[in-house]
Amino acid sequence: MRLEYFQLLDRIVELDIANRTIRTESTVPQESTIFEGHFPGYPLMPGVLLLENMAQTSGWLIIGLTKFDRMPFLAAFKEAKLRTFITPGTTISTTATIEHEGSGYVIAQAEIRVDGKVTCDAELTFRVVNFPAPELKVYMQKEAERLQFPLGAIANG
Amino acid sequence: MSSTFDTVAKIIAETCDIPIETITAESHAINDLGIDSLDFLDIAFAIDKAFGIKLPLEQWTQEVNDGKATTEQYFVMKNLCARIDELVAAKSA
Repeated sequence: MRLEYFQLLDRIVELDIANRTIRTESTVPQESTIFEGHFPGYPLMPGVLLLENMAQTSGWLIIGLTKFDRMPFLAAFKEAKLRTFITPGTTISTTATIEHEGSGYVIAQAEIRVDGKVTCDAELTFRVVNFPAPELKVYMQKEAERLQFPLGAIANG
Repeated sequence: MSSTFDTVAKIIAETCDIPIETITAESHAINDLGIDSLDFLDIAFAIDKAFGIKLPLEQWTQEVNDGKATTEQYFVMKNLCARIDELVAAKSA
């Protein structure tokens, strides 16, 4: 994770296009300027960034489903729960599944687990649109390499 | 038609906290009921699930943006319900 750059994921470890599921793993960094304010003497992973972690995980699943043809943009969270504190150095496992693929939007369910226990979960809504800028598509393809996006899963999905 | 209207009106009332008695066949979902695009995604989700269809929102939006259709054609309740009935009929055909 590089929190300051909104890189909330370390790698995609599972992508199952047929079953519309994905799992990512990420480790909260030991140090970040964010912890200087959140909170002094008691560093905690901000809840909004855990929500972003679930959004990015879900987003990569949608990108996989559209074969890098369309870009998801977060539109809504529902029933978001942050059940426990997550501290620097913690490795989190995030899964997402597609609940509904609509016309131009997707509903997903996501959860974060630590040592097998659910610590965060939410329902997410995305608007799914054509890439609004070619630079963004190039960036996402580059990010896919960093995250070890399994391109074979798309070909076989 | 009436059952489609009842179902859609109930979905809108519950999703957007709008009194169901204010929703009529002539109500424009956007102009009269004040439903914004994000709330309409929730409504579309509920309609898709209730009727087992996929409302072609992107196509409708494109047609409106291109001037090939008006919002009234898709978002006035009686027209929306007619579109839903068409999609349900097409699915079972």
